[in-house]
Amino acid sequence: MSDIYEALVEIVGKDYVSNQKEERYFYGRDPGLMKPHEPDYVVMPRTTEEIQEIVRLANKEKTPVVPKGAGLSLTGLVIPQKGGIVLDMKRMERILELNEKARYVIVEGGTTHGVLKSYLQKHYPSLRHSMPDSPPIATVVANAVIHGQGRLTQQRGFNSDMVSGLEVVLPTGEICRIGSCSVSPYWFSKGPPLPDLTGLFLGWFGTTGIITKLGLKLYPCKKIRDVMLFLTDRAELVPDIMLKLGHTEMMEDIVVSTQPIPLRFKGNFFILVFMTGDSDEEIEFKRKMAWDTLWEYFDSRDGGFVSITPDMKTPMMAMPSKDTTRFADVRKGGGFEYSGPIAPVEKYPDFVKKLEELASNYNLSYASAARVIDGGHCMMFSFSYTFNRADPDEMDRAKKALDEAAEFSLDQGGVIWKPNIDEQKMMMARMDPNTLRLMGKIKELLDPNGIMNPGNWEAK
Amino acid sequence: MQEYANQIHRCFRCGYCTFPTDYSYFNCPSYRRFRFESYSTGGRLWLTYAWVKGEIEWSEHLAEILYSCTTCKNCVEQCPMKFASDIVEWIVGARSDMVEKSKIPLEVGRFFEAVQVYGNPLKLPGSERGAWADGTKRYESGDEYLFYVGCLGSYDENGQRMARSLAELLKEAEISFGILGSEEKCCGNEVYMLGEMGLFQLLAEKNIQKFKEHGVRKIVTLSPHAYNAMKNNYLKFGADFEVYHYTQLLYDLAKKNTIKFSQNQAKVTYQDPCFLGRYNKIYDEPRQILQGIPGIELVEMERNREDSFCCGGGSGNFVMDLLAGGEESPGRVRVREAYETGADTLAVACPSCMIMFMDAAKEEGLEDRLSIKDVAQIVKESLLLEQTT
Repeated sequence: MSDIYEALVEIVGKDYVSNQKEERYFYGRDPGLMKPHEPDYVVMPRTTEEIQEIVRLANKEKTPVVPKGAGLSLTGLVIPQKGGIVLDMKRMERILELNEKARYVIVEGGTTHGVLKSYLQKHYPSLRHSMPDSPPIATVVANAVIHGQGRLTQQRGFNSDMVSGLEVVLPTGEICRIGSCSVSPYWFSKGPPLPDLTGLFLGWFGTTGIITKLGLKLYPCKKIRDVMLFLTDRAELVPDIMLKLGHTEMMEDIVVSTQPIPLRFKGNFFILVFMTGDSDEEIEFKRKMAWDTLWEYFDSRDGGFVSITPDMKTPMMAMPSKDTTRFADVRKGGGFEYSGPIAPVEKYPDFVKKLEELASNYNLSYASAARVIDGGHCMMFSFSYTFNRADPDEMDRAKKALDEAAEFSLDQGGVIWKPNIDEQKMMMARMDPNTLRLMGKIKELLDPNGIMNPGNWEAK
Repeated sequence: MQEYANQIHRCFRCGYCTFPTDYSYFNCPSYRRFRFESYSTGGRLWLTYAWVKGEIEWSEHLAEILYSCTTCKNCVEQCPMKFASDIVEWIVGARSDMVEKSKIPLEVGRFFEAVQVYGNPLKLPGSERGAWADGTKRYESGDEYLFYVGCLGSYDENGQRMARSLAELLKEAEISFGILGSEEKCCGNEVYMLGEMGLFQLLAEKNIQKFKEHGVRKIVTLSPHAYNAMKNNYLKFGADFEVYHYTQLLYDLAKKNTIKFSQNQAKVTYQDPCFLGRYNKIYDEPRQILQGIPGIELVEMERNREDSFCCGGGSGNFVMDLLAGGEESPGRVRVREAYETGADTLAVACPSCMIMFMDAAKEEGLEDRLSIKDVAQIVKESLLLEQTT
């Protein structure tokens, strides 16, 4: 056994270290299309102090460290591009504190969204967090690190905007508190009125430190939740519909989906409008507002609300959305990946056109879901393609389609969400040179040995 | 190569399989125990696919990962995909391939050998199989029920206690029944789940032949494992008898007032056995029996019914115990959960659950504070109380 293996065993115990082929194989890939690369070790720490020791060891040995949640980005962000140690954070799973009056919760670095949702429902039913559509094993920290979105994103912005404080183990081993918790026992603000240092860690994919605790803002959980479905076959109307619904400031979430299967869905755009209320009157009022807002499209016969049967409603309302995951197997292939640019909502028609064009060019099944962010400042548009994991040719075609989608999105002025290492390079090539240099300086300052998730955000 | 090999790539490794319905905590016994994602259902399926494709070689560790699954079917309940109902068969198929290639963990090989040679996985003589049954008669043609006792009921001390309780209850209710004693053989449920299809077929055919020789029309089993094998997996070998788990029979007797209860003051929580619950959807009968006993307060553990957490004994682990060791072994997790309900009794309906929890309660230091009792034993105590008052 190597010295590093023995040292890791000394830190976390032998049950929680593996250098065996099976763990290295599994942790060396994700469900997406990026090429695998195996770690040398997989480690499951339980405490911040253990992480400090691992980071100090990694610096001494000059070996990479890749912190990992559930590995569900689909873009290979926790594939250890240069080997080293993968830190599976999911043993750090406790919910440490919930402040009901200040409406935040503090969780450990590996707490899952599923566990947090269940905890809130059971113990604090009047509070909620922004549940993403990803499976429940996705961790709160990893979702914030990739600027994930969730059910409250239309109202409150990216899930990372809802962070209210961090505890981070820096790449050199020091523990650092970020936000109000750096000067106060309370975790109510990630920055203001202090300098907002969370920007040194959120969006960096673990290249600048390991988040061991995270404060997350909680929001009112209303007693009733409902959904309406508006249908149009004119993509060019979708941006205005999004903005008009956003203008009401009454909708919980606005998601536009399109897919060609079953055939009756092809060419149609399904606008899911979610709303919440504490009484039937409140819900009814919001339904009426949505109805009135979109009445003109009904008048002009360009669209209308569709009745939703209970069978349809259950999966639409589910949090997390199992339907999102089911897309992987619509053609019994077990795979899907999406390129998800963040872009102005006005780009929706162009993106849809490209989505269909790429599907046709590469002979792929497709779908898209676009979520309005922060009242309409932008949207996340997914170019989603399925692939059969037993068909290398189809996997290759899907990858090419996604690469093209990423280039197209950038050309259209979008910014790629959770970009894979190739897409990171595409964006850095277009980035303002001084911004790129600043990123490089920050990385060099925080991680002098370059041990943190190397291969990602390699800003020079 | 079997059918699973052409389907197994469809797993997206989304992780839904690790949770119960409310996502409150991890509900896959082997993932809960080991925590590497390789020990989740997704991990198991991806690694098996890698083995099928030749991307990884067989290793003892790979076999351990595949065999650490208790086939509890939590993944089947939770997987959002259309293939969900096939997952256990995929795992069994992969195990079957390993068996055919003689590439299985040592403990699994020993399990098969013991069943083959002794007719039970405990390596105890067949002649002693009915030794527990002092006063319980052998099955005779014309008896309404064959009481199929199973390996743990026949040989394990705690299993024997369960078997005696049930036999006495059936006598008390004047049910005409008998046992096969030394003629009884292993039901093969675990052999099936561990992938030894040849041995399973042999056991199923011998048992069916024996039942036919005796003119058996109805079988009542002590173990949900035997119930599952005989009800679902014996059919293709010509089984044509009715099979009941004993809780179904007791429920029926209680409903018809054939057995009556007196006061039995206890706070009880109930463990759904995987092969009774998730495999055969029998959730209500055991609860209704317990709730029908005056004085018993039935409290539920947070994870119950479809979301029940496995004892860790399935797929032969009640003998091999591949998930043993440490506070996170499923049995220990579950007895803690039972104790946290405030119950003084953890009711089981499966000898495998019984032995796993008896051991776990000792390791947790709960043996004086949490009684582990079988439903039949609780019913019997209630009947005895009635007789003495």
